[in-house]
Amino acid sequence: MDPGLRLLLLSGLALLALASPPRAAAQEAAGAKPATPQVVEPQVKRREVKPAALDNENFEAGAFLGVVSIEDFGSSFSYGARLAYHFTEDLFAEATVGSAEAGRTSYEELSGSAELLTDSERRFTHYDLSLGWNVLPGEVFLGGSRAMPSAVYLTLGAGSTRFAGDDHFTVVLGAGLRVLANDWLAVHVDARNLAFESDLLGENKLTHNLQFTFGLTAFF
Amino acid sequence: MKTRRPRLASLAGFATSLLLGLLAAAPAARAAAVEAVVQDPYLELRTGPGRGFPVTQVVDRGAPVSLLRRRTDWIKVRGADGTEGWAHRSQLERTLTPEGEPLALPGPAPESRAEHRWETTIGTGDFDGASMVSAGVAFLPVPSLQLRADVSHLLGNYSNGWLGTVGLAHVFMPEWRVSPFVGLGGGVLHIEPKATLVQTEDRTDTTAYAGIGVRGFLTNRFLLQAEYRQYVVFTSRDDNEEIDAWTLAFAYFF
Repeated sequence: MDPGLRLLLLSGLALLALASPPRAAAQEAAGAKPATPQVVEPQVKRREVKPAALDNENFEAGAFLGVVSIEDFGSSFSYGARLAYHFTEDLFAEATVGSAEAGRTSYEELSGSAELLTDSERRFTHYDLSLGWNVLPGEVFLGGSRAMPSAVYLTLGAGSTRFAGDDHFTVVLGAGLRVLANDWLAVHVDARNLAFESDLLGENKLTHNLQFTFGLTAFF
Repeated sequence: MKTRRPRLASLAGFATSLLLGLLAAAPAARAAAVEAVVQDPYLELRTGPGRGFPVTQVVDRGAPVSLLRRRTDWIKVRGADGTEGWAHRSQLERTLTPEGEPLALPGPAPESRAEHRWETTIGTGDFDGASMVSAGVAFLPVPSLQLRADVSHLLGNYSNGWLGTVGLAHVFMPEWRVSPFVGLGGGVLHIEPKATLVQTEDRTDTTAYAGIGVRGFLTNRFLLQAEYRQYVVFTSRDDNEEIDAWTLAFAYFF
């Protein structure tokens, strides 16, 4: 046989083979069974059970803005970011980073010129890893027609605060309210206490730095 | 200040594009729904992803549902008539695909306590008097063996530092609720003495550790782990330094 013709015939066969299985499947789906009993048992490959490609949305990331009251240094604008992973409907882990610029102590204000810290030492940056518990899950009602899932949660964690030229081990205790505006967008209101020991003003003491923030996060 | 502004701007730009990406991804995720057919007498749909939310709708046996999204153990589904609600994974695992096969949801089943592959930990502890904040990840080729990597931030009165380790841990009875384990490994220890107190230089040394601990399941995928490690720090001085470290950590597996 002419090689060209053979190639043409073979490719025609291959095309037929490729085109026929979907047609057979379509017939089966339509319920049209073959009229004659099948002589050859069809070799149906068993389909593997694949996990459903479902969108898993257990991560939550976002930003927050608010106020942090730095002990002895007044209250300052605070901002930062948070990343959470929800283990179960009750428990989650959270990583938070934040920053603020500390103000001046009363002593600095009254004395006029004596500066306790340089500008770079006034930067108050902190991070922590926390464990959260959705202690009061529920729904929040907005007007008469909207109900949004919500949760009051408590967090406990450990981290570090860089302030006044030193890193301090920080224990973070927090409480917050999360309201889901829709399936993936959440609004947070948080109150957290960043507690660390500091010997900046002479004696070593435990300082409590309260942080109140408003945040927006997205589940993904 | 001038040099920092572009970095801040690019960071803000990155954050904005990330948010926009998330916004764009949300409708796309909704389009790719998984189909299932209810096998229980009826599928209970709640108003939210939690056991406390009321059941306001049901889908009857034999009816098709679309699986839209998953949050922890709850899956948002949509019935043929457009009703939407959250169903628990245990009930959805008893549904079938349109081809008649059991629906397999991704992620480890709650009962697969000894079959997990990846684990993450966060913890805190004491490292020779300094406080420690730790995060780690472990890979488990078999349930009783862990290949671990941990990073710790050390915060002391006289010095701060970082500790990075990799190691092996053997869990004796991974299927038990509480099991002891032992570990061996090594890493790098970086110490920065506080400038105001002692005039010594920063130093980075290699270190090796042997550890013993106990871990217990709080829930099926969530563990509490207490560990004692003895570190030997190979210093550049004449003597090696021995350090005791204690940690308490929460572990979660995927």
